[in-house]
Amino acid sequence: MRNIKIILVKEFRQIFRNKQMLFILTFMPVLQLVILANAATFEMKDIKIAFVDNDLSSASRQMIGKFEGSNYFTIAGHLESEKQAEQALDKGECDLYLAIPNHFERDLMREGASPASIVVNAIDGSKASLSAQYTNSVINDFMQGFTADNIGYSSKASNLNLLKKINISYANWFNPELNYQAFMVPGLLVLLVSLVGMFVSGMNIVREKEIGTIEQLNVTPIKKYELIVGKLFPFWVLGIFELAVGLSIGKLLYDIPIVGSLPLLFLFGGVFLLLVLGIGFLISTTADTQQQSMFITWFFTVVFILLSGLFTSIENMPNWAKIITYFNPLRYFMEAVRMILLKGSGFSDISFHFIVVCCYGLVINVLATLMYRKTN
Amino acid sequence: MKKSNGYSIEVSNLTKKFGDFVAVDSISFQVKKGEIFGFLGANGAGKSTAMRMLCGLLSPTSGEATVGGYDIFSETEKVKRSIGYMSQKFSLYEDLTIGENIEFYGGIYGLSKLQIKEKTEQLLEKFQLTEKRKSLISSLPLGWKQKLAFSVAIVHNPEIVFLDEPTGGVDPITRRQFWELIYEATNSGVTVFVTTHYMDEAEYCDRISMMSEGKIMAIGSPRDLKSEYSSSNVDEIFVKIARGGGK
Repeated sequence: MRNIKIILVKEFRQIFRNKQMLFILTFMPVLQLVILANAATFEMKDIKIAFVDNDLSSASRQMIGKFEGSNYFTIAGHLESEKQAEQALDKGECDLYLAIPNHFERDLMREGASPASIVVNAIDGSKASLSAQYTNSVINDFMQGFTADNIGYSSKASNLNLLKKINISYANWFNPELNYQAFMVPGLLVLLVSLVGMFVSGMNIVREKEIGTIEQLNVTPIKKYELIVGKLFPFWVLGIFELAVGLSIGKLLYDIPIVGSLPLLFLFGGVFLLLVLGIGFLISTTADTQQQSMFITWFFTVVFILLSGLFTSIENMPNWAKIITYFNPLRYFMEAVRMILLKGSGFSDISFHFIVVCCYGLVINVLATLMYRKTN
Repeated sequence: MKKSNGYSIEVSNLTKKFGDFVAVDSISFQVKKGEIFGFLGANGAGKSTAMRMLCGLLSPTSGEATVGGYDIFSETEKVKRSIGYMSQKFSLYEDLTIGENIEFYGGIYGLSKLQIKEKTEQLLEKFQLTEKRKSLISSLPLGWKQKLAFSVAIVHNPEIVFLDEPTGGVDPITRRQFWELIYEATNSGVTVFVTTHYMDEAEYCDRISMMSEGKIMAIGSPRDLKSEYSSSNVDEIFVKIARGGGK
């Protein structure tokens, strides 16, 4: 115990003396939560839409008017032909265009339907599908209004009435306003804790290898477990600290819901940190330089993040990718954090995640301890 | 079991192989208590490997050795308690002060708070660094760092101190001062085991051994070796041995 205390004193001194490290530790949570939480959004605003109105009827104008009134769209222009519209799409002057055919109004009156076309720039797939959805919903909105207004005129009005009758309503549970930040911020918290755990701790041990002091440590009577505990505990504290800072920023800045129990969140966070610290430590036993350690850690971090469900839902992944995510520590914490914060899940709801993280952490740390050798 | 027979280090047929490569080839020697034992050889001759085995950093392939009376195979931790070590890579923490370094290393070897405080004051005074009490090691010149590193390596009064090319890269004057520190330490009974490739330093040792290709080619006091090889200085002996061992 005495040795552990001595190592801890030294480690904390070194951490607080390392200005770069302190800068990173302070600004990482701020940067990630203030910038990323806003930048990495799936909410669509200012979709640039162009119109090719070949009908120039009151119906077509009414429909275009619906777009003008929407918050999601900005009007990029009214163009003469589809050719022009295609050029505008090429140049990026608009994100999509809506082409309204001749006799749009007449067909709508007579047959209750008319083939208008939407052409979307789909280089960014998720943006394209979202803007197409938004466009559709504006058109549907128009159709319902149009039908209601013209119900007396049309002989085929019964068809259109159907539209009015089928009114699908949504209820978004746990995130009723579909607030993107409420989804994103808990995910970023996981990222924050993982980065501190894996990068910073691993680098610290490799640094001693690089400057040669690890040899000096290895000739001392320090026991292996004392060294490991002494080396990892400071970063455990830092990780918990980052989690608290991140959570506070999330609450103050975005008012993210904290429905569940905070002690449970921190308990899970603490166990999760032991796991990622173990991974960082394991990597550092195989690396000789900080570059090597960075490179290996970076490789795993990218895979872990993309397969964590931070940006893309794991449920939509192909089966083989789903299987891989079971080996991804971030996945468990990601789900648990969202469940605790947004749904108010209790321990029994996340017990599976908890047990997996415990066992995983145990295996990794035992492996790392075996790999670390005082004597080669 | 601790043996006590006047020797600090006893080595017989110690061998280290890395795959097919034999880095240390069945070496045997003894080092008396309080002696300065110079371990000489060209780069790659195996001297660092041999030293690392004695310090418990490397496990030997075969052979026997005791350090401070403890077996290096079965009593590694006891060996570690009775030795000090200073490597060719710098061994103090650059981002800590002198006192903090002493506190760390002294603490690990079980020195009390009071002892640590006394040692720190002693060293600061000895090196006239009292004004630099609060400065980090990184702000000191290399020569000072090495002298401090040596002092920290023996802060817990070990029986034996291992120095792995301790004077690499410093000027001749600082090297002299460094050797004065070594002499001072031996006066208080410490055994010094030092590797070097500065042949003039060999003259400061009580006894030296010369390694080439993993084997000890010659061993004895500098004076005996000079007459044995009919050379006027250690440098010449070294060249003769390195070229093929003719006397």
